Amino acid sequence: MAKKFTLDEFFETLKKYNVEEIEGVKIEGDLEIEIEPGSGIDANLIGAIAMLSNYMQLIQEFGNFIYHTNMALTYLQRLSQALGIQMPVGVQIPTEQPVPAQEVTPVEVPKFRIPEKLIPAKFEPFRVEYPGMIEEVTLGATRSDGGTREVTVTIGGEKSLAFYNFDTQNPNIPVIAIDVFDRKPMLAKAVREHYEDVLEDPAEWAKKAVKDFGADLVTLHLISTDPLLEDTPASEAVKVVEDVLQAVKVPLIIGGSGNKEKDPEVLEKAAEVAEGERIMLASATLDMDWERIGNAAKKYGHVVLSWTQMDINNQKTLNRYLLKRVGIDRNSIVMDPTTAALGYGLDYAFTNMERIRISGLRGDTDLNFPMSSGTTNAWGAREAWMKDSPIEGDTPWGPRELRGPIWEIVTGMTLALAGVDMFMMMHPGALAVMKEWMKMLSGVIEESIDNVDDWITMEV
Amino acid sequence: MKVKSPLEVYKYLPQTNCGECGYDTCMSFAAQIIDRNVKPTDCPPLMENASKDKKFEKKLNELIALTSPEIAEVVIGSGESAVKIGGEDVLHRHELTFFNPPAFFFDVHDNMDEALIDERCSRVVEYRKFYVGDFITLEGISVRCVSNDPEKFRKVAKKVAEYGKPVVLISLNPDCMRAALEEIADQRPLIYAATEKNWREFLELALEFRVPVTIRSRDLDTLKSIAKTFRENGVSEIVLDPVTEPVGKGLKNTFERVIQLRRTAILGEDKEIAYPIMVTPISAWLIEGDDITRGYWETVIASTFVTKYADIMIFRNLEQYTVMPSVVLRYNIYTDPRTPVQVEPGLREINSPSPDDPVFITTNFALTYYTVESDLSSSNIKCWLLVLDTEGLGVEVSVAGGQFTAAKVKDLIQETGIEQKVNHKFLVIPGLAARLQGAIEDETGWTVLVGPMDSGRIKGWLEQQWPPKSGE
Repeated sequence: MAKKFTLDEFFETLKKYNVEEIEGVKIEGDLEIEIEPGSGIDANLIGAIAMLSNYMQLIQEFGNFIYHTNMALTYLQRLSQALGIQMPVGVQIPTEQPVPAQEVTPVEVPKFRIPEKLIPAKFEPFRVEYPGMIEEVTLGATRSDGGTREVTVTIGGEKSLAFYNFDTQNPNIPVIAIDVFDRKPMLAKAVREHYEDVLEDPAEWAKKAVKDFGADLVTLHLISTDPLLEDTPASEAVKVVEDVLQAVKVPLIIGGSGNKEKDPEVLEKAAEVAEGERIMLASATLDMDWERIGNAAKKYGHVVLSWTQMDINNQKTLNRYLLKRVGIDRNSIVMDPTTAALGYGLDYAFTNMERIRISGLRGDTDLNFPMSSGTTNAWGAREAWMKDSPIEGDTPWGPRELRGPIWEIVTGMTLALAGVDMFMMMHPGALAVMKEWMKMLSGVIEESIDNVDDWITMEV
Repeated sequence: MKVKSPLEVYKYLPQTNCGECGYDTCMSFAAQIIDRNVKPTDCPPLMENASKDKKFEKKLNELIALTSPEIAEVVIGSGESAVKIGGEDVLHRHELTFFNPPAFFFDVHDNMDEALIDERCSRVVEYRKFYVGDFITLEGISVRCVSNDPEKFRKVAKKVAEYGKPVVLISLNPDCMRAALEEIADQRPLIYAATEKNWREFLELALEFRVPVTIRSRDLDTLKSIAKTFRENGVSEIVLDPVTEPVGKGLKNTFERVIQLRRTAILGEDKEIAYPIMVTPISAWLIEGDDITRGYWETVIASTFVTKYADIMIFRNLEQYTVMPSVVLRYNIYTDPRTPVQVEPGLREINSPSPDDPVFITTNFALTYYTVESDLSSSNIKCWLLVLDTEGLGVEVSVAGGQFTAAKVKDLIQETGIEQKVNHKFLVIPGLAARLQGAIEDETGWTVLVGPMDSGRIKGWLEQQWPPKSGE
């Protein structure tokens, strides 16, 4: 294939060799020459030299520029000597001292030759398939399954990383539960204002969460059982469980107060009154009587939340205990590897969950369970609730009612990308944004926009 | 990086343990190469040999090829404010670490009035968010050509460049781009963008002005084809924009394109697309809705792709409620998981305290420590701060996990000699460690006061509680 050179490129070439003055020369016509590529010698250089000889006559007609042209020629000749090639015949070179070859500076290849066509290329996406699969867990039971729920919720079942539906379509979109408490808890203002009217009534609270805010499930925290608070007896506390089961027809998650001694009893009682409803008991931990909680789940047909403190090995251990020692079915375990808020350890939470999910997909059957996240923890971050930065020199933080929800959203989104299947959240706006985003990434919201180039020139 | 073990690197080293690199042995230098703390060119004998002998030079180049990052690095800007993007080696941070956080550029355009441009540029330049002992800042400013007038664009590009931050020039019109480049090319702006239509002109601009260039296409075959053409014609500083579609199925497809690009570059070893990726959260401003909705959605897009592989982003919103979560998330995801974020345990004197001033205790988790320390310092509270070795865990987790115990508090009190420095025996513990109050009192004999849940409230707390009433 022959290389082509135009006169313009010739001038570009001269320019490279510091012959700038000749730029003023105008030669009409689209002059081109063709040469065969030389063996081992830069075709551009040969082109430049050959061109020079061809155009010598032409250039000479512009007598007043000849001096500069000669400079170029001299340079090219030195170059050609250095490279051991002959200048084309018939070119008059003004005599000058030959320069030793080793002093020649390296040649810069002319740069601005722009090809006419793109080099064709095919993008071949790298495929990933995992041998394992995350267990599918269903919460809630309808009448036909011995419960009273009108809907059930199924999570897990993934064969690829979260939202990597181009690898394998994952069967379930992650779900969101709203937290409800059996006594008035401490809440950030931006959250509290949405529940002000129901804070005293868990059943109404649950209704609002489902009907007004679109929660897929409700998490009822029986915090009044805490010996440091009201110390409500377990048998009395679980009456609220019955109220909430009456009030809403979505699946329930029941949590204790976090008290190691009392929670097993409270969760056992809750399991009993909710028999047949397939609730989730939150949670069994290594430092409390996990066996008792596990047994309660097994006996009354519930799911158990296996909660560890950001440690993949402890998570493995607790899951094994629940599977092997208690004999819980594989479809009845959900893990909570602990959620830390954006800015307050989210990196640890994210990586811990991501590692757990990848291990599960790679075939570790101690870890291939769906994950839950206490995303409400995001409200513990001062950026979410504090009026403004306490730090001197910080750019002002702006309105906190806008900061809080987005802190919860970003915490949740990040962990969704690590593989979380179920979120416990509180701010209705945060829940709505998370849902929308997860639906989009899962492909159930078709509606897109076409004018995706317009931001480049929009006037906002 | 193609190699995973120091042994594979060691083969290429002089194996003399001369120590000229600053490490005791060639093997430890090899380990540092694997961890990307040093480069093969940091070995003086290797460099010397290579300069003398073609055979050694070849070996050195092999080693460089084996140990260079999977994703090319691109530098935008010049001088001290220049920002490096790309250079990643892994798909998941726990496999090594992510290296260069995505650079954030904020939008101005050439139809904005001058005062607004100045205001926005100043906000970018002056942005500060205190986090883990330092201030997070923003990287640069992007300038869009909305007027389609080369002279106008030139003028605004010049103005913006004077702020000294790296710049992204945005126009699909080569004439406009040329005008701006004539003005500020020496500051190495990133130009945006070469497309299927204008690529010839943009290739010429990238070559002529020697600036990094963005290639934009939704079609990954086309994207690869343009990148390959640019590369083979001498442009190596390339950024890929697979086009950000802000909502719906478009967002799903964007997610797929970004992940496929990065995964194919790293696992599929496709060098022809192994470049930094651009994502444009500013695309959120194409959706219907008020500014808050669009600002929120801009953050949603940013968060998705901070976690998943974006190396550079263009933002519209400068409001803190969207900038702050984005910069903090970026910091979190790009924190090196190999090094625990801890500070030295011991005693810190805050604002030159006297023996009458209160004694606080916190953990050595860097985030906790710097938060408490800066709250105390910036509120001008004079106090003594004990820093307990909780193995880099925060208060809540270390109290639950047994790294924050009464016995360890007692040891710390003895080791630091705090008893001799103050004339009282009151210790303020974090609100989140309240349950240890009794145990610490029993163990140490000090009176333990439970402080607030958040150190930002210490000032108010002290007004009520300090000095402690005697006899309590």
